[in-house]
Amino acid sequence: MRAMKTAILGVMCAWLLAGCASFPASERQVRQAEPAAPELDIQSWHTSGGARVMFVQSEALPMLDVRLVMNAGGARDGDLPGLAAMTSALIGEGARGLSVDDIARGFEDKGAQFSSGSYQDMAVISLRTLSEPQWRDPALTLLARVAGQPTFPPDALERIRTQMLQGLKMERQVPGPQVQKAYQKLLFGDHPYGHAEGGTLESLPGIQRQDLVDYHQRYYTAGNTVIALVGDVSRAQAERIAQRLSDALPQGGAAPALPRARALPTRKVEHLTFPSTQTHILLGNQATWRGDPDHVALYVGNYILGGGGFASLLTQEVREKRGYVYGISSYFKPMAAGGPFTVQLQTANDNASDALALTLDQIRRFIAEGPSEEELAMAKDNILGGMALETADNGDIIGQLGAIGFYDLPLDYLQRFNQQVRDLTVADIQAAMRKAVDPDHLAIVSIGPKAPAQPAKQTVESNESQGKNQ
Amino acid sequence: MRILVVALVLGMLSSLARADLPTHEFSLDNGLRVLVREDHRAPVITVMIWFKAGSIDEAPHETGLAHLLEHMMFKGTKHLGPGEYSRIVARFGGSDNAFTSYDYTAYFQQYESSRLPLALELEAERLKNLEIDDQEFHRELRVVMEERRQRTDDNPNALAWEKFQAVARPGTGYAHPIIGWRDLLAQLQPEQARSWFQRYYVPSNATLVIAGDVTEEQVRPLVQRFFGKLPAGQTPPRPKLSLEPPAGERRLSLRLPVKVPALYMTYNVPSLTTAEDKKAFYTLTMLAGVLDGGLSARIETDLVRGQRLAAGAGAGYSGLQRGSGTFTFTATPNPDVTLEQLEQALLDQVRALAETPPSAEEMERVRASVTASQVYQRDSVMGQAMELGMLSTLGLDWRLAGEFEANLAEVTAEDVRDAARQWLVDERRTTALVLPKELPKELPEAAKSENAQPEEQ
Repeated sequence: MRAMKTAILGVMCAWLLAGCASFPASERQVRQAEPAAPELDIQSWHTSGGARVMFVQSEALPMLDVRLVMNAGGARDGDLPGLAAMTSALIGEGARGLSVDDIARGFEDKGAQFSSGSYQDMAVISLRTLSEPQWRDPALTLLARVAGQPTFPPDALERIRTQMLQGLKMERQVPGPQVQKAYQKLLFGDHPYGHAEGGTLESLPGIQRQDLVDYHQRYYTAGNTVIALVGDVSRAQAERIAQRLSDALPQGGAAPALPRARALPTRKVEHLTFPSTQTHILLGNQATWRGDPDHVALYVGNYILGGGGFASLLTQEVREKRGYVYGISSYFKPMAAGGPFTVQLQTANDNASDALALTLDQIRRFIAEGPSEEELAMAKDNILGGMALETADNGDIIGQLGAIGFYDLPLDYLQRFNQQVRDLTVADIQAAMRKAVDPDHLAIVSIGPKAPAQPAKQTVESNESQGKNQ
Repeated sequence: MRILVVALVLGMLSSLARADLPTHEFSLDNGLRVLVREDHRAPVITVMIWFKAGSIDEAPHETGLAHLLEHMMFKGTKHLGPGEYSRIVARFGGSDNAFTSYDYTAYFQQYESSRLPLALELEAERLKNLEIDDQEFHRELRVVMEERRQRTDDNPNALAWEKFQAVARPGTGYAHPIIGWRDLLAQLQPEQARSWFQRYYVPSNATLVIAGDVTEEQVRPLVQRFFGKLPAGQTPPRPKLSLEPPAGERRLSLRLPVKVPALYMTYNVPSLTTAEDKKAFYTLTMLAGVLDGGLSARIETDLVRGQRLAAGAGAGYSGLQRGSGTFTFTATPNPDVTLEQLEQALLDQVRALAETPPSAEEMERVRASVTASQVYQRDSVMGQAMELGMLSTLGLDWRLAGEFEANLAEVTAEDVRDAARQWLVDERRTTALVLPKELPKELPEAAKSENAQPEEQ
């Protein structure tokens, strides 16, 4: 530990050219403080119906967050793109004996906040309520009925369908969603991750009420649900609440595993013509999944390349040094059955070819060389020093619980993650990045008035011997 | 996780909201105002500095300057090269950013709590020693031009909104976009940024907010050490921006490359700072809650669900501003519904409120949501810092947040009706109809020239 800190001091001096002694004067004091990283006390059990419960007691505020996370996202749409999203949108639009007006008033009279949403892997139902029983109990009773016994009223179905179709039309006014969908399709093709979760102008009109009823019966089952709870209730109360919610859901087991997505074996290029002033570009490939043993190495590698905001290489090179973009970033998105590595940027049309070439160059160089020791040390300091921010409030914690429960991660996942970050070497990152991403096999999808020039596959004029001292 | 040691009397809801966390206020001799909110539940801090300088303070020829200067605050000081500020923040596990609004510009850093001294030293450094290099300025201007393309130029609804605001808030600094008119933005020069910094970035024009796992005893000496020696400075006189008497009824029709039409309606109404009787602010807040306080409120119940005219619709009151406030409706119609029908339906909503007071149940529902929100809002340290900083920067007392609920409780249903009668009237209203413009087929080429969007010239 000491040794590492001494190394860091040297690094700091190197890049604070003004000298460590003068600025920042508080640096020594702050560096000596060991940043607190509170451990979450997660309690977990199963309801009799098979729902996995994740609970963190927090008495700081008189409130309770409840989140139901079902393995019922767009990946389960089958041949009806948008089915999961439409099912989710109709949760809260009618339940046994209750109209949509009754439901809306029922939550809002009690100051409770209810929402539902659908993603690629997950369908999520969330409730935030005051924890005192006179407010909490009616809201939870209503939640159980809304989640467990939705009626999918035909008039609500038509209204929601129209809203979703109008939303899809509005997406065609702007470049971002269009290029995103084309990228997703090119990357994943016929795999369950290959279609837009919001459905299409062609698919939404074909979805019938019975499809929604069946989908709910099949996928909103207790055995296919994680129930996360954070707030001011006791363990005994949490057990009763979780059991009631589990009992209210259709009884049944977990959804079958999805087939693992495969990476594209070659470069694939696609351009959409659109009269925008900027060209949006997405580059990437299928690269990882939730169980990937290289998860931490890829996470940290990506932080250095393009995930670390202003500290990242891509932001420094493409934005700060050249002013090509307002935003450029990269990410791995690990999901149950796959997870793309993606770099996204938007630039004035005249810069598109240069910005794309530069970005590809940076990706290639990073994958070939890995980070420097200095870059890795900075990334570790950021990630480990900022752990306290990841679990600072109930809103943060419920999000962590949902992910840990849904992806069946160990309860001490965050501590293990920290330890793995500490142990990581430059070679680990280099090996993981090389294994996950082949820079010659990226999908490159763009939208704008004109396609950017596609750089040759080997654009780096072997600067590799120069290292990273720029 | 540490547990907050505050006695919460759980029996009565009103007491929940009053379970105030300790808040301390003091000023340095140079006029810097400091607010400290102690919240010890997690070892984290948010440090923010707010300047009473936003895009409403820009002269007509320098639109976009407040925001561009915000970008330059990350581009170098006497001791820090371009981008180094954010790299140091990241190295110490923090995150940082900033935002520019009409009324203010604010900068924030979030960290684990032992980083407090560094956070304050960094913030003081750029206030004391900012250096605006010509080359860095021009490079950053390109970045901001990209930001404008991304947020506005390539989004027809954003373009429509910017044109609408220009008409809805005439003669005030709210009439130009925060990011600046495109042509003027492109012409900004480094000396204008330096001048802006000298005009407004002085301790007497700033509020420093520190929220989270800190005590006043920790904060005071550090603030004194890093900010105490800065000269107070002075700011130019700034008039109150009020739209009284009313500007008259205004209407515009916009043809833009939208695929779904849209309707915007804004009434110029008092804000908490401009209202002669502060009750107007609380009454308009209740009025907005009755119309759009949730899925059970009137807009969703009547327009989206009942008559099924709108695919989406909303109403909101912006009353926390340095100038006059706005009461705004936005809506997108369902297919086969015209904007005129939608407009009529919204006006019917206004008329109904002006004729009949809302029901007791509606009033209670709005109050329940406000009461609960006051608890929920405490979940976020950043949220608390935002609330303190914004109120202070608008020249208001931060304690108003704690009195919000009690002030709303005094508003009667009849007050709401009277407010609709008094403020939501024709001579205060601007209406914009946004309709599709079919693009010529060869536009991909044309879009490269500046003539692609002639309405922008």
